[in-house]
Amino acid sequence: MPDATAQRPTPLQLFLIFTRIALTSFGGGLSGWFLREFVQTRKLMSEEEFLNGLAIAQALPGVNVTNMAIWIGYRMAGRNGAIASFLGIIVPPAFLVVAIGSVFASFSKYELSHVALDGAASAAIGLSLAMGLTAARRVPRKLFPLAVMAATFVAIGILQWPTLWTVLGAGSVSVAVAYAGR
Amino acid sequence: MPNLAWSILLVFAPLSLVTIGGGQSAVADMHRQIVDVHHWMTASQFVDAFAISRMAPGPGSLLATLIGWQVAGFWGAVAATVGIFGPTAFLIYGVAHLWSRYEGARWQKALETGLRPVAAGMILAATYVLIQAMDGGWIARSTALVSTALLMLTPVNPIILIGAGAACFMGLHTLALI
Repeated sequence: MPDATAQRPTPLQLFLIFTRIALTSFGGGLSGWFLREFVQTRKLMSEEEFLNGLAIAQALPGVNVTNMAIWIGYRMAGRNGAIASFLGIIVPPAFLVVAIGSVFASFSKYELSHVALDGAASAAIGLSLAMGLTAARRVPRKLFPLAVMAATFVAIGILQWPTLWTVLGAGSVSVAVAYAGR
Repeated sequence: MPNLAWSILLVFAPLSLVTIGGGQSAVADMHRQIVDVHHWMTASQFVDAFAISRMAPGPGSLLATLIGWQVAGFWGAVAATVGIFGPTAFLIYGVAHLWSRYEGARWQKALETGLRPVAAGMILAATYVLIQAMDGGWIARSTALVSTALLMLTPVNPIILIGAGAACFMGLHTLALI
């Protein structure tokens, strides 16, 4: 368990942490960055607490990355923490993307930048995969939860069913079983 | 705020609420609304904006911000950003608040326990789709696997892996291997 209640970050520190992640996360995988930063490096949350938040952030509508930033910000520093985290993950990179978009009216001609991005994105997939494996490792080794995880994976990843309906279906069955089973 | 910006807000706000499991799911809907329904951009302008939003760091859904900017300048960018992130930001904020208020309630434990396997399946599925769609063949796949292993086994800073991935691909490209 993290014993860092005394060193919980202030809203300003949260803003700066999320800004830094937002501006360096080339190639995607932002939620994986959050796991790295808040659980593994700074030990401000337990893996358990992070994965509970991630489950909610994934299941609710909205962009996962901002959902997770708001969730973490709220857990760390309440309302102001949530606002600071949301602004940190959105506003600085919003200015950057507009700046890049203004400089390069058409992007297709810069081949080397595409190659560099492919390389960055390949490495960044490691962040998502490592986070997925961490989440999977923490699923109880029992038939039902493992079946729910496998069914969700197959439905979305392989059968390409719409995520919304898959999550509603699998989620409600799984939550109902968890509620009844206690 | 000009009328066009209001229209942009009204296009993006509903997209925000149907986005689930990652912003990718909204891109096709954005394309339909922006290019086919409202004719605010051509298909090729949209593709360029998409490429730029991939290239830039930060959430991929900032594609909305870039579209707003290109269609209607500053207020367009503000409207698109508020539209795509705003409504669901309030939703998750409200849920986070309820979570602290009823810490440890039975329904809360059931939601956490029930949704965790679903979330794990979703993340693995999204990653699988990304790997399938990746350019660069087996080199890209090996890079992804090496990066995963390093992240899980060592305290390496992700920016080093990402920089190394980019440098490695540029090197191989220069040598005409990819």
